[in-house]
Amino acid sequence: MKATTMRDLSQDWPEALYDTLKAADVGHMSYVPDAGHTTLINLLNEDKQVKTNVLTTEEEGVAIATGAWLGGLRSVILMQSSGVGNCINMLSLPVQTRTPLLMLVTMRGEWNEFNPWQVPMGKATQAALEAIGVTVLRAETGKDLIEIVEQAATMAYEADGQIAVLIGQRLLGKKKW
Amino acid sequence: MDRRAAVAKLLEARDGALVVTGLGSPSYNVHAHADTDNNYYLWGAMGGAALTGLGIAQAQTAKRVMVITGDGEMLMAFGAFATIAVAAPKNLDIIVLDNQHFGETGMQDSHTGMGIDLSEIAKASGFSETRVIRDLDQVDQLCRDLTKPASGPRLFVLKIEAKNLPRSLPPRDATYIKTRFRSHLGLAPC
Repeated sequence: MKATTMRDLSQDWPEALYDTLKAADVGHMSYVPDAGHTTLINLLNEDKQVKTNVLTTEEEGVAIATGAWLGGLRSVILMQSSGVGNCINMLSLPVQTRTPLLMLVTMRGEWNEFNPWQVPMGKATQAALEAIGVTVLRAETGKDLIEIVEQAATMAYEADGQIAVLIGQRLLGKKKW
Repeated sequence: MDRRAAVAKLLEARDGALVVTGLGSPSYNVHAHADTDNNYYLWGAMGGAALTGLGIAQAQTAKRVMVITGDGEMLMAFGAFATIAVAAPKNLDIIVLDNQHFGETGMQDSHTGMGIDLSEIAKASGFSETRVIRDLDQVDQLCRDLTKPASGPRLFVLKIEAKNLPRSLPPRDATYIKTRFRSHLGLAPC
């Protein structure tokens, strides 16, 4: 892995994100895979200090993360925007219990998208999260993303926040197909 | 089988286990036995009980976690059979109080009364031990078996009478229950 100072955050943001999560003492992660999260998923899966779970549907991660906090671990959930729609009722658990929640959501259906079926949920992602009571932050550049996740981790784990960080599709680049 | 008698036996033998309850009657049954700091009651988030238990089990590997939930709640978490089996915690036991009905909403028939066997699904998913339990003597045997170390997640289906008993309501303040449970584990409120 490149040293932090050598990084080009427009490309190397997943590695920087991993360092940011480790610095925030995140010890638990659940995911439904997304191409945009590939590097981060691999880094966390390879880290023996981090417990990880592959999910069948994203709402499972919301309940698991709540349980992890009840047991004393800081958890993060990785998913793509289509998965946000699967989470809505389960989000009542961290919202009502005021349990720290950090979701990193890679966006589809909003920029250079080739699959029209991704567009409806892409359009609904932010509104759906805000409707159930989750705070939404958006990053359009790698530098922004790292700053936003650093402070989102503070707001989640130290201020009992339920926070989703949306990673813009413009930053992710066009899906290779 | 009487559900409260079965739950009482399990809780008397819990031996420090952390308990998570699914919304509705399982929460009422556990509360009716004793309202203790190491109970985490769900009042909503249907489909979340077993997975909340998984998160606790992964964070608290030295403690045993017992999820007590209903057939309808577990049916809504069908994917959880796969996720929990793959996660393979050795300290997570799931007890399904199976009355084969959606008891809270008018006693409509559930899938478990129409041929779906949750213990077989857990077994096929890779749970280390699964069983259907039909009377209180078998619950006594289960209580003894639960004290033995497990090689992976276990799931037991308790076939119970479909009756709505007088409710015993746990506190509905979700932050209170969270903080009380975490304090039991020596964790700070926030």
